[in-house]
Amino acid sequence: MPQMTMRDALNQALHQEMERDERVIVLGEDVSGGAGGTSGEREASGGIFGVTKGLLPRFGADRVIDTPISESAIVGAAGGAALAGLRPVAELMFADFVGVCMDQIYNQIAKFRYMFGGRSTCPVVIRMAMGAGMNMGPQHSQSIYAMMTAVPGLKVVVPSNAYDAKGLLIQAIRDDDPVIFLEHKALYPRKGEVPANPYTVPFGEANLVREGEHVTVVAIARMVPFAERAVDSLAKEGITCDLIDPRTTSPLDIDTIVESVEGTGRLVIVDESPPRCSLAADIAASVAERAFKHLKRPIVRVTPPHTPVPFAPALERAYVPGPPRIEAAIRTVLKET
Amino acid sequence: MIDSTGLGRERLLRAYRNMRLIRDFEERLHVEIATGEIPGFTHLYAGQEAVAVGICEQLGDADYIVSTHRGHGHCIAKGCDPGGMMKEIYGRRDGLCHGKGGSMHIADMAKGMLGANAIVGGGPPLAVGAAIACKRRGAGNVSVAFGGDGSANQGTVFEAMNMAVVLQVPAIFVFENNGYSEHTGADYAVGSKDLTGRARGFGMAAECVDGADFHSVYDAMGRAVARARAGGGPTSIEAKITRFYGHFEGDPQKYRAQDEVATLRESMDCLKRFRARMRTDGKLGDPELDAIDAESLALVDRIVAEAKAAPPPSEADLYTDVYIDY
Ligand SMILES: Cc1ncc(C[n+]2csc(CCOP(=O)(O)OP(=O)(O)O)c2C)c(N)n1
Ligand SMILES: [Mg+2]
Repeated sequence: MPQMTMRDALNQALHQEMERDERVIVLGEDVSGGAGGTSGEREASGGIFGVTKGLLPRFGADRVIDTPISESAIVGAAGGAALAGLRPVAELMFADFVGVCMDQIYNQIAKFRYMFGGRSTCPVVIRMAMGAGMNMGPQHSQSIYAMMTAVPGLKVVVPSNAYDAKGLLIQAIRDDDPVIFLEHKALYPRKGEVPANPYTVPFGEANLVREGEHVTVVAIARMVPFAERAVDSLAKEGITCDLIDPRTTSPLDIDTIVESVEGTGRLVIVDESPPRCSLAADIAASVAERAFKHLKRPIVRVTPPHTPVPFAPALERAYVPGPPRIEAAIRTVLKET
Repeated sequence: MIDSTGLGRERLLRAYRNMRLIRDFEERLHVEIATGEIPGFTHLYAGQEAVAVGICEQLGDADYIVSTHRGHGHCIAKGCDPGGMMKEIYGRRDGLCHGKGGSMHIADMAKGMLGANAIVGGGPPLAVGAAIACKRRGAGNVSVAFGGDGSANQGTVFEAMNMAVVLQVPAIFVFENNGYSEHTGADYAVGSKDLTGRARGFGMAAECVDGADFHSVYDAMGRAVARARAGGGPTSIEAKITRFYGHFEGDPQKYRAQDEVATLRESMDCLKRFRARMRTDGKLGDPELDAIDAESLALVDRIVAEAKAAPPPSEADLYTDVYIDY
């Protein structure tokens, strides 16, 4: 099977879905780039992370729409176009920019179906790059999936690898609900095997990345490859873990997590969003409700501190949970009382 | 109102010194960033110096500015310490924001510099708020929102402009029209292709100036400040300008014609234009300007060396300044 980066896998998903369905359009800032430039080069960008490359030459400016810097209008237009029968994929560049267009996300697209009594669908995908690790500072590094997951009506996708990214994006485009699609920017170059043909990865089905017996580890997005390193290193000592990647945080496959904890009795949750009201907090609460009697040790959450994401490399390194912290957390839940 | 004809030698020397320092600061960053030693991503202001300096030369420490992702020039022009800035850009503990913000978030309240801003359109509403504070204080201070042609399409900017007119506050919106927002041309993204006309549509005075000409910017700003002080409300100043580098360092600039930058470096270089003007006016001589050039390069050498040698923040610093007390 061909090896492909997550960036290219996402790009392929967009190509294949636009090919398959005329109703799919892409809109955002510099998704093509070059409009109004002096070089005559019409695709001068292809997206700031290169995910939308090649779409403009293939599908034209009617379907690949460069917008002004107007996030509220981008997301709102995507929502309106969806109500009117299109299947828009809007790009917000950096996830932090949801701050600018929160009303359209939170009061508009998320609520249409419910408040219109089921009379509408809003098949919008809003793609955005999230996450720390590249020294982009407090307004370009946040992991916002917990905030998005807290909004009823939104589906939230957090791929950790190229295979999932492609299948989840195709699923998101075909899904009739609004989907927040969060691409961790440090994962764009991560390579994996990706089938050439279109396929979907269903929402709400976790991926069991490693199987083990001593500890259940749940990790999200970039935390998955970090947790893999920690888990694989402990495996050399005979400590084995179930490593679960939920892949979507809304819907969340809590059953898979609970079943695993019933077997291991120990849970570590690795989450890059701030600790308060986080995914880690949410998962811990559900497990406490449903598997309390199976827990042999208190649940351990591995998260950044309750601070904004700092700029300086020395600070950001301390902020982001890395493999050593994950390994230490696994050792902590293994201690006998 | 002070117009540029009234500027004495000292003020002219200071204006040139600041423009020169911004240029050298940015050109040196261009070199240093290529070595990979500077974290994050950086947007250089080179080419636009006369706008920052022309505007800020009309201001004092008690006046406010809010800046953008391309903020180094605004910071220097408003009096921020260039050494502290350089350390911040390197992510050092003793940087102006202790390494927490970086290039896109340099701020210094004591200088009336309310922050560079990584959210396009994040600044103008803040500038309106600072203008409300100026109006209440009643000391004749003003507040300036810097922004680009691209930012002018953001809803927050429209809201800020309208509110400034409604409230008749001393806010000045400076649009640095360098022709591009990232990789997209202003002629595409600004529907009316006319930022000044659009500003006028909000009901404020608006003018468009040659942003490479310090004197034109300074005089337009003089008129705006006089209007604001007289209770005449907000003004929009569009400065037509160019950037000498890519959107951020590493931008291949495929949207720009091959010779565009080389040509504009000839015709739109504010430093060359300033020198020529000084020759014509007979106000400053080349030797004293040459001396400033040498001092400026030496200063940049020193602050880069200091920034490189400065210690990084420690892990304990991660937890400070989230709240005052918690
Ligand atoms: C809300 C928001 N949207 C998009 C961006 C990404 N972005 C950063 S700078 C920029 C272009 C800004 O163009 P302009 O206002 O003309 O300023 P210039 O870069 O030309 O100085 C964009 C799109 C951002 N930082 N914030
Ligand atoms: Mg611009």
